[in-house]
Amino acid sequence: MLSVFEIPNVNLATPEIVLGIGAMVLLMVGVFVGRSANTIVTGLALALIVIAGVILFRMQGEGMAMHGAFIMDDFARYMKILALIGSALTIVMSVTYMRKEKFEKFEYPILVVLATTGMMLMISASSMLTLYLGLELQSLALYVCAAINRDSPKAAEAGLKYFVLGALSSGMLLYGISLTYGYTGHLDFVGIADALSSSERSIGLVFGLVFILAGLAFKISAVPFHMWTPDVYEGAPTPVTAFFAAAPKVAAMALLIRVTMGAFEPITHDWKQIIVFISLASMILGAFAAIGQTNIKRLMAYSSIGHMGFALVGLAAGTQAGVNGVILYMTIYMIMTLGTFACILAMRRKTGMVENIEDLGGLAKTHPVLAICLTLLMFSLAGIPPLGGFFAKYFVFVAAIDAKLYWLAGIGFLASVVGAFYYLRIIKIMWFQEPEGEQEEGFVPMANELRLVLTASSLFVVLYVLFAGPLFELTTAASGSFF
Amino acid sequence: MVLQAIFFYLFATITVASAFMVISSRNPVHSVLFLILAFVNASGLFMLTGAEFLALLLIVVYVGAVAVLFLFVIMMLDVDFVELRQGFLQYLPIGGLVAFIVFAELLMVVGSWIIAPGAVSSITQPIPEMSGPDGISNIQAIGQVLYTKYVFFFQIAGLILLVAMIGAIVLTLHRKPNVRRQDIMTQNARDPKTAIEIKDVESGKGI
Repeated sequence: MLSVFEIPNVNLATPEIVLGIGAMVLLMVGVFVGRSANTIVTGLALALIVIAGVILFRMQGEGMAMHGAFIMDDFARYMKILALIGSALTIVMSVTYMRKEKFEKFEYPILVVLATTGMMLMISASSMLTLYLGLELQSLALYVCAAINRDSPKAAEAGLKYFVLGALSSGMLLYGISLTYGYTGHLDFVGIADALSSSERSIGLVFGLVFILAGLAFKISAVPFHMWTPDVYEGAPTPVTAFFAAAPKVAAMALLIRVTMGAFEPITHDWKQIIVFISLASMILGAFAAIGQTNIKRLMAYSSIGHMGFALVGLAAGTQAGVNGVILYMTIYMIMTLGTFACILAMRRKTGMVENIEDLGGLAKTHPVLAICLTLLMFSLAGIPPLGGFFAKYFVFVAAIDAKLYWLAGIGFLASVVGAFYYLRIIKIMWFQEPEGEQEEGFVPMANELRLVLTASSLFVVLYVLFAGPLFELTTAASGSFF
Repeated sequence: MVLQAIFFYLFATITVASAFMVISSRNPVHSVLFLILAFVNASGLFMLTGAEFLALLLIVVYVGAVAVLFLFVIMMLDVDFVELRQGFLQYLPIGGLVAFIVFAELLMVVGSWIIAPGAVSSITQPIPEMSGPDGISNIQAIGQVLYTKYVFFFQIAGLILLVAMIGAIVLTLHRKPNVRRQDIMTQNARDPKTAIEIKDVESGKGI
């Protein structure tokens, strides 16, 4: 019995505590400031995320906290910093959009902060309870974000669809967790792994595993749990879509790695089949379904499905090189995606936002710099060397080949060739189509913050070779947490 | 023991039957009433396992608050539920097939049910002795861990509820600019000098 109120190692969770309390303070600030609340709260939210990042960066300790429910290691630190960068950049990217589209709600940055808190809890989860609570905290904030422009029927539809399907996936996840608890008697990952390695695995446990993986696959929008993605991406306001495509994916992938490499490590053989299937299906669907799209946000939805499939190739390998590849893939994917969304956010004419691929026609004539940046990002997303996207794919495929998953790597390679088609189509429209009618006028000048994100992202993919070494060391340290 | 078994099957059967009625009854108000029946019977099941605190909590929170709220929402919303059910028969075969497959698979799982040998001894939170003179009550048992060992989860759950509250306000609060609100400060600050004007009206002339 615990007679004294004490939480061991609570300092390991300082960034989360800072974010949680900070969000509540921001809420009060927003309510009391009134009219200009949006600007102030956005700035403060950004500052809060930066502070959490600095604390995380300077934090030395490692280990378990909260009675084994929370783990802090190199992997958690790396992924959390990545998620924080993603959230901070999406807040930055939303500023002008919010002002121009006239839905300035100070709650939006606060919801992003709260979602980020949820993501950090997910990344640090070492118990099924933390996993579920972190996931719900993140998802609930995301559902609200999707529908935040409630006057638009499309956004409301996106929010509702996301909410209903998300609730369904949470149900599956909980069912899986309860089965796992029933068959192992543990909720914490270490306990589950111990119980699994000490006794024969039962078929019921595999059922639990399947349900848990289904719930998590929904969150990274991997096939066959991807149905919500295109509609939600299209319906949600574009900065929110950018947010969905970046940080939450990183957190959910980290959680998937934790569950498979941590809790279910002794039954690798069982989950490997599932991951291989999900990975294959996502790569193939992502490559083929994107071809017919006309809306660039929908295209990015299918692109993200495909990229999740590629990242999972590394996880399917189940080796340190594989996990390393996944971490690296998520890093590069997140930065490329944010850059691409900065371009999409720049697609604004005098009459308003446009989001069809055809609207990019003749971009090379009207906005050469934007066209060059978008071209680089598209080449990188397609995986053309020597850009960042190529190295992301290279490491996961090499890991898969080392793990003797030749056909998985082979099909992945073919899928990336097919996928290159639709990225190249965008480039073709930009460079080889003459601007017609409305296109001749071009877009309104790009907002400074978008310029910043786009430049940073393009420089990252172009100069990736320069800092590939240090980044590789970081990810190796991160993936070393599991081996 | 026999009595307990009889009650278990009674509660369990009514729970399942009323849960089925929740999704199959034509009138949504009836659905909510069946939902309440399901809650009450589930709390009976809790009672049988000795978790009387959870049983009463289920009645107080779910029946007392949540179900009543459901009733309110259903009666306030003007939704044509007959129209919503139009596709029911159309989707029944495929939905039924999926449900049957999952059910059959689950039966196979339960058929091979082996509880891990160390499971009972290693459960996450050992249940303290409840009966006898030294036994503690349900509430004490929960209270011993909820704010100590599980305070972390408790706080995250609080954050989740906060997000739900923010979400409800963001998505439903409409600020209308033309609404005239009562401002008590200005009301109190008025005095006869500014509020009324005294006119000396001569008789028979009007203003």
